[in-house]
Amino acid sequence: MASIAQETSSMHEHDVPLELTTEDGSLRILGFWIFLAAEVILFSCLFATYIVMHGMTSGGPTSKALYDVPGFTLETFFLLTSSFTCGIATYEMRRGNKRGVIAWMLITIAFGLGFLGLEIKEFVTDALAGATMQRSGFLSAFFTLVGTHGLHVTMGIFWMASVVIQIAIRGIDTMTSRKMFIVGLYWHFLDVVWIFIFTVVYLTGKVL
Amino acid sequence: MMHQLVHFGDTFLMWKEGPMIWGSDVLIGLTSVGIVFFLLYFKKVKWLWTEWLTTVDHKKIGIMYILAALLMLFRGGTDALLMRSQLAFPNEHFLTAQHYDQIFTTHGTIMILFMAMPFVIGLMNIAVPLMIGARDVAFPYLNAISFWMFFFGAMLFNLSFVLGGSPDGGWTSYPPYVEQMFDPGPGENYYIMGLQIAGIGTIATGVNFLVTILKMRAPGMTLMKMPMFVWSILITSALILFAFPALTVVLAQLLIDRVAGAHFFTTTGGGMPMMYINEFWIWGHPEVYIVILPAFGVFSEVVSTFASKRLFGYSAMVASMVGITVLSFGVWVHHFFTMGAGAAVNSFFGISTMAIAIPTGVKVFNWLSTMWKGRIRFTLPMMWTSAFIPCFVLGGGVTGVMLAVAPADYQFHNSYFLIAHFHYTLIGGTVFGMLAGLTYWWPKMFGFQLDERRGRWAFWWFVIGFNVCFLPQFLLGMMGMTRRMYTYPTGLGWWIPNLISTVGGFMMGVGFLLLVYQIVWSILHQQKDLTGDPWDARTLEWSLPSPAPEYNFARTPVIHGRDEWWYIKRGKFKQEFVEPDIRPIHMPNSTGRPFLLALCMFLVGFGFVFEWYVFVALGLAGVLALMIRRSFEFDYYHYIPALEIRQTEEALGRL
Amino acid sequence: MQTTRIGKLFIVALVPLLTLTGCGAKIPVLQPKGPVGHEELRLIVFPLILMTCVALIVFALFAWIMIKYRAKPDNADYVPPETDGHSLLETVWTVIPILIVVAIAIPTTIVTFRLQKPPGSAGNGPTAGAAAKSASSQASKQTLVIYVASSEWKWLFSYPQLGIETVNYLDIPAGQPVDFQLTAIGPMNSFWIPALGGMEMDMPGEDLGLWLEADKPGTYIGRSAQYSGSGFAHMSFNVTAKSPVDFQQWVSNIKENSPQLTTAKYEQLLKPSQVGAMSFSGDINPNNYNGSKEMTGMPGISSGMPIPGTVGNSSAAGSSSSTS
Repeated sequence: MASIAQETSSMHEHDVPLELTTEDGSLRILGFWIFLAAEVILFSCLFATYIVMHGMTSGGPTSKALYDVPGFTLETFFLLTSSFTCGIATYEMRRGNKRGVIAWMLITIAFGLGFLGLEIKEFVTDALAGATMQRSGFLSAFFTLVGTHGLHVTMGIFWMASVVIQIAIRGIDTMTSRKMFIVGLYWHFLDVVWIFIFTVVYLTGKVL
Repeated sequence: MMHQLVHFGDTFLMWKEGPMIWGSDVLIGLTSVGIVFFLLYFKKVKWLWTEWLTTVDHKKIGIMYILAALLMLFRGGTDALLMRSQLAFPNEHFLTAQHYDQIFTTHGTIMILFMAMPFVIGLMNIAVPLMIGARDVAFPYLNAISFWMFFFGAMLFNLSFVLGGSPDGGWTSYPPYVEQMFDPGPGENYYIMGLQIAGIGTIATGVNFLVTILKMRAPGMTLMKMPMFVWSILITSALILFAFPALTVVLAQLLIDRVAGAHFFTTTGGGMPMMYINEFWIWGHPEVYIVILPAFGVFSEVVSTFASKRLFGYSAMVASMVGITVLSFGVWVHHFFTMGAGAAVNSFFGISTMAIAIPTGVKVFNWLSTMWKGRIRFTLPMMWTSAFIPCFVLGGGVTGVMLAVAPADYQFHNSYFLIAHFHYTLIGGTVFGMLAGLTYWWPKMFGFQLDERRGRWAFWWFVIGFNVCFLPQFLLGMMGMTRRMYTYPTGLGWWIPNLISTVGGFMMGVGFLLLVYQIVWSILHQQKDLTGDPWDARTLEWSLPSPAPEYNFARTPVIHGRDEWWYIKRGKFKQEFVEPDIRPIHMPNSTGRPFLLALCMFLVGFGFVFEWYVFVALGLAGVLALMIRRSFEFDYYHYIPALEIRQTEEALGRL
Repeated sequence: MQTTRIGKLFIVALVPLLTLTGCGAKIPVLQPKGPVGHEELRLIVFPLILMTCVALIVFALFAWIMIKYRAKPDNADYVPPETDGHSLLETVWTVIPILIVVAIAIPTTIVTFRLQKPPGSAGNGPTAGAAAKSASSQASKQTLVIYVASSEWKWLFSYPQLGIETVNYLDIPAGQPVDFQLTAIGPMNSFWIPALGGMEMDMPGEDLGLWLEADKPGTYIGRSAQYSGSGFAHMSFNVTAKSPVDFQQWVSNIKENSPQLTTAKYEQLLKPSQVGAMSFSGDINPNNYNGSKEMTGMPGISSGMPIPGTVGNSSAAGSSSSTS
């Protein structure tokens, strides 16, 4: 498969990961890290709003009453596992094992879908109990923060699916390895954000 | 049926609102017809599509940004003159309160977000790749997306005037006034969506230029050998990256409040309007540094070029810009000292605000030292720079420090003193800087010079008019006049300063018209730039022909030090290239998909404005489809053959 | 080129002189009538003088450099020297601005803290007890408390210690500090009486404090300094500082002659409208209303024309009581 991205002449293939052997690859990976910095700021603002508005329950449900421990624990398990399987997929990519990459990515997507399903169930249950974002400032902040993360996860699933298809068609080359690496970065980032959500929103919310 | 049409006309087209709306409708209609006619008659439709709407070339994207900025300068300026006409005399009511409120809102929003930002980003696009020896930015496709997102965000915002009503909450749009409870209707939604769409484009620009500057400099150009303008853009890009997501979040929260009935900033249900104000200004203060730092970069280039002397204190200039940036994230409360934060918080932020004057002062002294013992040529770029120094020192420095003193601000806040201060920094700093940059890089962009004589007429009318307009406003503030008043009574002594201010405003209008005249005249009487270096300048872009060829550099230059081109000309550096001969050059393909993607976002925005969610769904589906299409695209480059490059270079007299 | 530039500077300097001649002596920020305004003016003038000195030095240097080092036909072969920097100069022009900032920062901090409360007060908060309402509350330097509530396009002033309420005008005793407790029922506004001192915002759901004092009897104008919709520009109100005797008389007059402020009347007042000046006996604490669900708040559109009797569009006081 011809790769039309330019090669940089002074790199030895066995020292440097495949996705970084082209100029385009290293540009895009750096660009994505930088984009993630912007996403950190975005989520920080959502977290700040949530923390400030945690007590603005306006007589409605509080975090202690609302959050369901088994529910969010299971969500956490699913998402963290999916991050782990994504890591295995990247390892398989380093080994040049196309089948392995596809298999582990499909497992990652499955766990991601499981996470989403659980989260949708959580939101629906909340809404049916009268805890909607229209009820109070606290709930507006909660649903926006967790919902934004969920939307990001949804987009990540679409993205991973498209990368899996591309690897199936083209195999592992400089471009597909770069795409795989970047979507992996994205997915791990969402995992890190979830760890903060788990701690700052759910755990803290059950206690305070 | 007739009744429904009438109802539609009344509610959405606002035909009951009077002559201003009808006049605008007629003008817009005529202009649109005129453009379509022009394109069809001169058979330019294909040209428009292939050369401009599908381009990913940073030089063309930069030109489009600047053209848009000048058009928006006209629109925002018209808003300003309408306001100043009303305020020329007490108790004027030719603009009702609602009209006036919409006009000051659109004036501020357009000038900051749709005039200053595109002007800055346009100059970035034109100059940065050329100055670092690169062939384009890191992500040309994304660059095109940035432009079209800005364009359609601005289009959406401008549409509000004739379709549904413009926002009227001020450019800062504070809740709870802008919540559904007090301000229903599409106006405020236009504000939210116009800014949101353009803002996403801007974040992409920040990413793009950070990677470009960090990774695509020609070999030998270390960070400390870059031109100062490029430093200013590197830092501005970091500012964009860290500030704009806050705007994205706060606009989204406001939208969710308005269309979904949430309680982020409402008066009931546990909403906290103060949260909006904090979030908005955490973005808002870095935003003003985003528009001023590139102007500082332009001044550094212009001063050293036209004094024929290297920039004084390069390291201090870099350090001061970094200092300004870091500090700019720690001052936002000075926009609301009067919101009851308490003495400790107000004191802290007052001191941090004053502290920014220190690195800024260092820069001014460095510019003066560059000019000292130089040989100063007062070309137009240098004139605009010379006007900047007194205006910015007065309006930014003196009055800025005065406003930073919290107890003084208790009197000045939201008064005309504040308005005068920020117009001195925004016009005296940003606009003058952008005009300096435009007149400086114009020959490189278009291949011919701007006429100096006519440019000077524009300069004097604009600069003198600007001072006549805004100097009296300091006094008005101290006389107790607050901003955003649609009229004022007699007997307070406010009439004469307002009248003088209005005269100044119209002088600025004349200056703008003369600027347009200068441009048109120069296009018609082209004084071609045949050397590529009409100013005897110092940086790499002037080593290229004017206008630069599509691929910029036929061979990648090797850099030996600062002001590389200057020292090549004087024989101190040898002109070297990475490639021993001309090779085929790898260039990205033109594509219409950025245009289409932004059009889909326009649809999304339009849908949210009127809460017609079919449009939102369609638009988002379109965006998703285009993104997937892009993801599956592997072959988006072509090569320019070496023969073609050689022929181009020969034709330009370079070989 | 240089002469026209000097000409430009001259015109620029002329403008403030021209404007000053046309307006008489009505610059409240520069002519404060109370201790808060005086403190704030000192903090305006001191940085102004300091920063103007810096600015003048910069302007002078700039003009001299432009003139002396301009390009002329006879210096066409002058080659400027390659100067990279100068450590001493750079240190000096960094350190001196730091010192100037410190010099301004110190009084800023001191005064910011000092302006939090009236001097000598130990937090004379609103005490609704009978003792506070007695005639002895006019003892010097005890703080008068006024609850200020902005509502769409009017001001409601409640005097809890005295049991009266006024709309769109304010009477205060001269020589006595007044503690304004600011809130809003509806959009934000900002309470500003420039002749007496700086402003503070009033916000729904919040209760911010601002103290002001008038040195002597007199009439001043107050207005809202935070845009709140189409009627915002009309939200000016007259402030009359009266001698303590006159003030007591005015209070008694209101209590005897003005209608009672009922809850129904209050809620009607809260609806978006522009009303003239009114007085009531009995007062209502606006903090019971801010952010409450009772606020129906459909936006009203003001007609844009000054309503006859609306205070602020003429300098005449529009209060319905007559003592002055």
